[in-house]
Amino acid sequence: MDAPLIEMRNIEKHFGPVIALGGVSIDVHAGEVHCLLGDNGAGKSTFIKTMSGVHKPSAGTILFEGKEMNFNSPRDAMEAGIATVYQDLAMIPLMSVTRNFWMGNEPIKKFGPIRVMDFARANSVTMEEMKKMGINLREPGQAVGTLSGGERQTVAIARAVYFGAKLLILDEPTSALGVRQTSNVLANVDKVRKQGIGVVFITHNVRHAMAVGDRFTVLNRGKTLGTAARGDITPEELQDMMAGGQEMATLESSLGGTV
Amino acid sequence: MADERIRDVSRIRRAMIRPELGAIAGAILVFVFFLMIAGDSGMFAPKGIQNWTVVSAQFAIIAVGACLLMIAGEFDLSVGSMIGFAGIVIAILSVQWGWPVWFSIIVAFAVCMSLGALNGFLVIKTGLPSFIVTLAFLYILRGLTIWLSILTTQKTIIGGVKQAAEGDWLAPVFGGTAFTGLFQWFADMGWIETFSRGSRAGQPVVEGVPMLVIWAIFLIIFAQWLLTKTRFGNWIFAAGGDAQAARYVGVPVNRVKLLMFMFTAFCATVFATAQVIEFGSAAADRGLLKEFEAIICVVIGGALLTGGYGSVIGAALGALIFGVVQQGLFFSGAESSLFRVFLGTILILAVILNTYIRRMITGEK
Repeated sequence: MDAPLIEMRNIEKHFGPVIALGGVSIDVHAGEVHCLLGDNGAGKSTFIKTMSGVHKPSAGTILFEGKEMNFNSPRDAMEAGIATVYQDLAMIPLMSVTRNFWMGNEPIKKFGPIRVMDFARANSVTMEEMKKMGINLREPGQAVGTLSGGERQTVAIARAVYFGAKLLILDEPTSALGVRQTSNVLANVDKVRKQGIGVVFITHNVRHAMAVGDRFTVLNRGKTLGTAARGDITPEELQDMMAGGQEMATLESSLGGTV
Repeated sequence: MADERIRDVSRIRRAMIRPELGAIAGAILVFVFFLMIAGDSGMFAPKGIQNWTVVSAQFAIIAVGACLLMIAGEFDLSVGSMIGFAGIVIAILSVQWGWPVWFSIIVAFAVCMSLGALNGFLVIKTGLPSFIVTLAFLYILRGLTIWLSILTTQKTIIGGVKQAAEGDWLAPVFGGTAFTGLFQWFADMGWIETFSRGSRAGQPVVEGVPMLVIWAIFLIIFAQWLLTKTRFGNWIFAAGGDAQAARYVGVPVNRVKLLMFMFTAFCATVFATAQVIEFGSAAADRGLLKEFEAIICVVIGGALLTGGYGSVIGAALGALIFGVVQQGLFFSGAESSLFRVFLGTILILAVILNTYIRRMITGEK
């Protein structure tokens, strides 16, 4: 097996007396979807914020493409090729799809000393990239607010891929979506993987994880309970590990095993 | 995955559904109204047109600044006090200290834009709402203006700027009239009335386009271009739409906001300078309530109070409505206090229409 794209070794993060992460290690290969599972408060968010440069780890090392990294800001991580799609901060609903897509990376056209945004190119690229992801926009000037939740996630994913992300972190992209939209987003995650991009997929839904994941890591109370490859673990085992085993089993049987 | 539930949008509908629609409708309404009740009062004769154009231009100059700042997600309530302050600075420097008028104007711009930057800096560093920070400056600047004025001249009005500005190269840029030759030609062709008696006999009643109007048009075009055509414009929308999401993709949100506070201060100083050169004096109470008038223009123009959405053209139309209503009631001989009643009504109607349109455009619930 080739070297991992990113390797997080014994990451610890303390907020004052609270130990949010107590030594978490995972690695992600190019072209792999690595699912990070965990219940609310397990430390998933803290962990990916460390990976994307929002937090600095209290201890531990981050190796990206074999080099040790020390991110001071999300901008640093982004420049290295780590893009994060946050659940609710992906898009600005009042702005058009094109304006959102190019936000922070606007294409420029020069007329002598005057520089304007190249809307012709921005619009055509946006339409093209959206089409690849299976979204037919009415027009590129359409506001993001008119798109469904799944489509918004897809625009954010397409944007990250277009701007050269090598590692894509998806923070609960499916948690607020309906069935059909979830399938669309998962299908797009699969497309991204096939382009050789490493994906970290955060979720607390085992079925969504099983649908696209190559490997699975469960976080519980700031620690990993190990990483398993696809086929080595059943959905039930994952569910148990997330919720802390015995207690959940009792709950589940009382609910008829449908959770 | 084309959604069959989204209907094709007709061209007419697309042309209609824009942020400025409320302001366009309001402007048409106001013009029709005054054509009916004041059509023969001289309001739409050249002199009358000049009258309400100048008033509208004054509103437009400060509305443009307020518009970009509001789209970037912030308010500036210190605009009115800044106008008074800038005027007094120019008058003290040029009349009391005897500095050249052009230099006094440049110093006033530098001082006011620094104060704008200070406003922005405090908002960014403290994370306090700009409403509070600039409210503080509303009082601080007004107080300083009166104090400085009394300290140097024992008066709150400083005159004599007109004499000081004679022969100055920069003053006419703010207080002069453009296209005088063209207007004389219009008069010679009989298109504009001329004075029939007195020392100005033969000259047109409207001698040209006041520089104030030129400034307003220039600022409107510049701001509209900046907002809709440039990368920086995209950052203005992003900073106001969702500052955190914008930061995550690398938009320099703080820089954008700081520059917009400075631009608002610049617009206020343009207003103040034009007024001082025009009247030949500065008064410590100038610019009172201008901050709210600017915000009203911007809101009539379709901008969202919480930022991220708006239109410079809309704000300019808001200023036009403001100017036409204020002067129109004067021309029609109506009680001038009715101006406020009318304005309040227009404000509510335009904002209701704008809210409805914005929901259609942005899919807000």
